Amino acid sequence: MNETKKNNAIFKTLKAAYYPLFALLIALILMAFIIKLMGYDPLNAYQVLFTSSIKSAYGWGETLAMAIALIFSALSFSIADRSGLINLGASGQLYMGGIAGMLVATNFEGLPSIIHIPLVLIAGGLTGAAFGAIASLLKNQFGASEVVTTMMFNYIAMHFCTYLISGPMKNPASDLAQSKSALPSAVLPLLLKGTRLHAGIFIAIAAILFYYILMYHTTVGYQMRVVGMNPKVGEYAGLKIKTNQLLAMAIAGGMAGLGGAIQATVIDVRLTIDWVGNLGFDGLAVAFLGGHSPIGIAISSVFFGLLLSSANKMEMLAKVPSSVVFLFQGIIIALIIGRRIFQLGLIAKWKSNYQNKKSEASDLLEMTRDAEKTKQDALALKQMTKKGSEE
Amino acid sequence: MAILEMKHVSKYFGKVAANVDVNLSVEQGEVHALLGENGAGKSTLMNILYGLYEQSSGHIYLNGERLKLRNPKDAINKGIGMVHQHFMLVPTLTVIENVVLGMDSNHAILDLKKSAEEFAEMAKNYDMPIDPWAKVSSLSVGQQQRAEILKALYRKASILILDEPTAVLTPQEATALFDVIRRLTAEKLTIILISHKMNEIMAVCNRCTVLRQGRVVATMPVSEIQDASQLAELMVGQQVKLTMDKKPSTPGPCVLKVQNISYKDKHKVSRLNKVSFQIHAGEIVGICGVDGNGQSELVRCITGLIHPSEGQILLGAEDISKEHTSEILKKGVSHIPEDRHKMGMIMDMSINENLILMSFHQKPFSKNKLLNWKWIRSHNEDIVETYNVKTPDIYERAGNLSGGNQQKFVVGRELDRKPALLVAMHPARGLDIGATKFIQQRLLEESERGAAVLLVSTELDEIMELSDRIVVMNSGNVVGIVNQAEATRERLGLMMASEV
Repeated sequence: MNETKKNNAIFKTLKAAYYPLFALLIALILMAFIIKLMGYDPLNAYQVLFTSSIKSAYGWGETLAMAIALIFSALSFSIADRSGLINLGASGQLYMGGIAGMLVATNFEGLPSIIHIPLVLIAGGLTGAAFGAIASLLKNQFGASEVVTTMMFNYIAMHFCTYLISGPMKNPASDLAQSKSALPSAVLPLLLKGTRLHAGIFIAIAAILFYYILMYHTTVGYQMRVVGMNPKVGEYAGLKIKTNQLLAMAIAGGMAGLGGAIQATVIDVRLTIDWVGNLGFDGLAVAFLGGHSPIGIAISSVFFGLLLSSANKMEMLAKVPSSVVFLFQGIIIALIIGRRIFQLGLIAKWKSNYQNKKSEASDLLEMTRDAEKTKQDALALKQMTKKGSEE
Repeated sequence: MAILEMKHVSKYFGKVAANVDVNLSVEQGEVHALLGENGAGKSTLMNILYGLYEQSSGHIYLNGERLKLRNPKDAINKGIGMVHQHFMLVPTLTVIENVVLGMDSNHAILDLKKSAEEFAEMAKNYDMPIDPWAKVSSLSVGQQQRAEILKALYRKASILILDEPTAVLTPQEATALFDVIRRLTAEKLTIILISHKMNEIMAVCNRCTVLRQGRVVATMPVSEIQDASQLAELMVGQQVKLTMDKKPSTPGPCVLKVQNISYKDKHKVSRLNKVSFQIHAGEIVGICGVDGNGQSELVRCITGLIHPSEGQILLGAEDISKEHTSEILKKGVSHIPEDRHKMGMIMDMSINENLILMSFHQKPFSKNKLLNWKWIRSHNEDIVETYNVKTPDIYERAGNLSGGNQQKFVVGRELDRKPALLVAMHPARGLDIGATKFIQQRLLEESERGAAVLLVSTELDEIMELSDRIVVMNSGNVVGIVNQAEATRERLGLMMASEV
């Protein structure tokens, strides 16, 4: 019994993982064709992309350093998704978290790290949460689609940051539009010499654990999942749908804000123009490839960390432009979002044809059986009456 | 001569038979009623005729020519038009834009002006004037229906299928519609009218065909119908009697008292009109009526999903008519909703997760917002066993279970809470006889335990078998309240069909 249960669990995990792996494979094959068309050698490119980094401690350090920010960005998308919202605003929430974190990190000189660092993280998290919650409030009050508002808020946050670093927060000692550097007491320590891998990895792991416990072991996460899967059922069970979604959006924004504060203070050290870059949408790809599951996000964030950190090496050694990596991300997202279309279009059709045929056949079988039975009943009855009349 | 004939048409969805060996013959220029209970196969049959479904077997003939319909476009080209119960108009477009939408005669550049003139001219000829440039969203429901009918006529429909056309109309609009129908048949158009309202059929139809459980029970001229009870009998039929050993109830204190509640929907159509009744502890009160006569609104008012515009709902001594669903559920109300897939369970969650939907916030299900899965698991395994849910284990995806087993665990979840008031709507709809009996037996046990039970069903047998008292509803009104001993099928059928 226990054995079958175990097998069942393994089977379920495999079943959940098969499509992302399948999408990955298709994306790799498609990309190989594109790289070939561009006139490069795809095998060489893949070799550099996937093996160069894992051979050295430096490569691993850079890969994991990339993965940290991706985890926060991905969680921001997944948490909102679980409650039925599409949060395209990770990028803006990263900006706002980074700004707030940096404000704390550049001030309060003389504070010990043990107080300064938590303050930075709290400031980033809360600001991100507030920024995320605005989109949800607008939806609840006015019915504004969160897809549009979160997307637009990205620009607001980005330009707000540009304004700050060329005005109020500008470093007077520099000619460039950038903020002062974070004070050393506010920066998480580096873990591996020569790389940018930092103690934020532990916070990222804790964030994944938090996500797992929240969703599967608390009543709060349970309600969010009910609302996300079927709001009508939630309504019938007396759940408050708007409140749930507001909370989910705040936690989602908080995750991105936290990631932003860490990224800005540790990796970038100062705020510059466009410091967030593609981090918001890279997180989306990580969340999709990881199927929104905690373990899936952990694995796929390392995978994308590997891609992003090796992209430049690929450009140097195999001459393939590093932007190919973004193309790769795009293909994966398209394949995973298109899953339903793909399945509806091909598999479902085949399946329903097959099932129709099967059920028709079994109907027929049942009908013949019924007929057979009636025949036998009739015969038995006949014999009985015969007996009766004889007696 | 018959313009349209359906011969030996059957339709199966998997193993479920929606239509079995249906023969239907419709004469030119007549209004032919298609009559039957919900789920009797009326809509399926008409969807086959409109090309939405393909029949599993049998043939359709139009003017003696065999029809092969692959999609609605084929049907429209053959002159078959359909006005669905829920209109298929794009609200942000104008009437004429909706009319030409998807027409084959459209060219790359639309000549809307010409089409609009033709359309307005045609509408005038049929005495159904309408402004082709009006936005659909600005039209009343009756006008939208008129636009749908004209749209079908503009596409040269010679046979028009109307699916429960009066369901969304006010009585005045309905009268106007009947005038239109008479006008159209005078022009030699043929109309098939799907309905389960007997007064409508008497008013405008020439002949009627009654369907029951997917089969044709009778086809007859309306003039031969003696009274409404005859139709009611045909429609409902004599079904296998389920013998339940119901003990005489000993009513306790009053648990639910509904006092003069009324409700209007967003189109300002009155759905409930001064409804009053009460249920005592240990009593089962059945609500019977043809589907769509206010039962669903009544249940939603009691469970707090909508709020009545007037009147009071007393649970014990408290008025709950303005309370949020969560508060009402907390006060000991359980609800088995009418559509378990849409309202009662989450297909993509496991049975384990589905079973805690109503109680997850209580101890010992959870403590300090942390779910106690260990306790929940053993508790849920008990429920699954007690309520005879057939599943490999409680981690199975709920959507993978059969309908009967899904309903059993929904019922199990609701009864496990030992409710003071149980609201059950169509608890046995779509279930096989075994599961039906099992669930009905559970309802009886609940009332014997001392719960007040409100049972809403369209199955007269179920209602008569289980209820101590029967509240008959028609168009949002309570027509009467009958004691079990005095209830006969004929009496209830007449009350359900009566004019108020």
